[in-house]
Amino acid sequence: MLHNPRSLMSLALATVLLQGPEPQQAPQPPPPQPPQQPSEIGLVIRTREPGVPPKYAVPDFVALASDAETQAAAKTIGQVLWDDLNFEREFYLSPRDTYASIPAARTLSQIPFDRWRELGADGLVMGTVQRDTNGLRVEVRLYDVRGERSVFGKEYTGSAANPRLYAHTISDEIHQNQRALRGVARSKLTFSSDRDAEKMAGTVENRNVKEIYITDYDGANARRVTVNRSLTITPSWSPDGRAIAYTSYKRGAPDVFISFIYQGKQEEPSRGRGQNFLPAWSPDGSRLAFMSNRDGNPDLYVMNADGGSVRRMTNHPAIDVTPTWSPNGNQIAFVSDRTGTPQIYVMDADGLGPARQLTHESYCDRPTWSPAPYNEIAYCSRTGPGFDIKVLDLASGERRQLTFGEGSNESPTFAGNGRHVAFSSTRAGKSQIFTIARDGKDLRQVTKTGNNFTPNWSR
Amino acid sequence: MPRNHSMIKPSVCTSLLALGLLVLMAGGCAKKTPPVARPMPPPSRPGGIPARPPAPPEPVLEQPVIPPEPVAEESIGSKSLDDLNRDSPLKAVFFDYDSAELAADAQAALTSNAQVLKTYATWVVTIEGHCDERGTAEYNLALGERRAIAARGYLVSLGIPGDRLRTISYGKEFPFDSGHDESAWRKNRRAHFVITAK
Repeated sequence: MLHNPRSLMSLALATVLLQGPEPQQAPQPPPPQPPQQPSEIGLVIRTREPGVPPKYAVPDFVALASDAETQAAAKTIGQVLWDDLNFEREFYLSPRDTYASIPAARTLSQIPFDRWRELGADGLVMGTVQRDTNGLRVEVRLYDVRGERSVFGKEYTGSAANPRLYAHTISDEIHQNQRALRGVARSKLTFSSDRDAEKMAGTVENRNVKEIYITDYDGANARRVTVNRSLTITPSWSPDGRAIAYTSYKRGAPDVFISFIYQGKQEEPSRGRGQNFLPAWSPDGSRLAFMSNRDGNPDLYVMNADGGSVRRMTNHPAIDVTPTWSPNGNQIAFVSDRTGTPQIYVMDADGLGPARQLTHESYCDRPTWSPAPYNEIAYCSRTGPGFDIKVLDLASGERRQLTFGEGSNESPTFAGNGRHVAFSSTRAGKSQIFTIARDGKDLRQVTKTGNNFTPNWSR
Repeated sequence: MPRNHSMIKPSVCTSLLALGLLVLMAGGCAKKTPPVARPMPPPSRPGGIPARPPAPPEPVLEQPVIPPEPVAEESIGSKSLDDLNRDSPLKAVFFDYDSAELAADAQAALTSNAQVLKTYATWVVTIEGHCDERGTAEYNLALGERRAIAARGYLVSLGIPGDRLRTISYGKEFPFDSGHDESAWRKNRRAHFVITAK
């Protein structure tokens, strides 16, 4: 670490220097219909027609230095920002190839607004990239094209190692500033994978190692987290995104482990008491629900994150497995085959009171509770030879299907804003991670190498 | 042996070069210490385990820290055990889809295994529960557990001491047949016996 201060900077992600709207602009009255969190909203760019998302153009950022690294960073930031802003579908992103006829700006003071207006753009995101003692200095402005004024402006400094992080940060801030929406461009996925094609040592059979990996939400920056050289599966992000709990067979018998990814620390909270699987963090990060055979049958338990205060949650001769917490931590949904087939149930998180059956389908697994403002449980359901992803609205009882028989689709997980679901699918041959919007649109493939399973999306 | 001389030379050169570099690097300090070659002790990391860098004050995602490599819980991988397991006298037990029930043929296989375990009274075995790929990854971890527990319970009922029988579920993680049809699935829905001590 210390020998590479750059990489340290990049995640520290830069001091963010708020500049706000440009000073020269005339004081504007607040927009007539401020969205939910007016304190967070600046001047909002709108279309002329109500109900239509504003059209944004995001050209490559302007490199203010001629070296290759700055030039490449400027290009990357612009392109990734286009993808990031497109992801939430709050804006209509003007296709990049339509910008070709518009002369590239050299500085932010000479923007040909009339040309962008001709393109139909309501908003224009322009940025500059230059060298800084620490790495990069990135300045960004969001312009109201008709008003020819800046409505959002910030400057970022930090490492040059990961230019994508500037784009992700800008995207999240524009979504917050313009739509009062928590973007997920800086969120991450964790999953288990056999992509490094390692084999278990010391067994007769030829068994593949699986390890825990993380990537950005869009699949970039894949990194391996564990080096257990064993079966290591079913990862789960801690709510603060600094730790990942998972099931590993590294000591032979399966147990729950926690990797603190920024500290290089690994803990085993239950320390080998029974065989323990499928950890799920409580929303406040203090506890883990998990499945264990410690009393002779697959049942659910809750323990503190340090392994203390273990409490048995189910006591039923059938299988109880795959816990997930409600966003307020008061309930736990899980899977049981107590009626003969695996179905989704919900119970109070104090372990008291009866469990309520939520599904009556052929075979259901991996419930995952959406964050607010939605109150939904996504799960996978057998719909034929394989599984599809469904979403159950807990208020209305209605369910909708997100996938339709393309391969087998398993292990859904919600994005932190509840607007997207990641899952594994065999639709592309091997098992890969995909994301899809909560309305079933905008399918994207996240992983492309090896087989990848049981994704979990950071908050 | 003249050849030896010529072979030694480069290494002497290398040492001198290294010393020279050391002296150069130490040049900032005014002390003129005699150039005594003191080989640095290798970092004491058994088995080449990657070092854990100190905890950074801020997230350092570029270099996710590699957790320490596990120490194997038991060193039982002797060759004879491997050989024994490769040609195991203990029969696998097979199950129906999404079931941990012991059918008649499963009970017959377990009865045969009980005889073997009575003959070799020191053997300790791990009963692995496996599932076919048609179930989900999560639920299959529990189903594999149930299969292993069912096989173990039957052996205990036949008089095999429970402390010789460990269970472990691998869900659908380690299929024996990687095919995608019923003949493969049938082989993969099993309780598999591994001799871990003899």
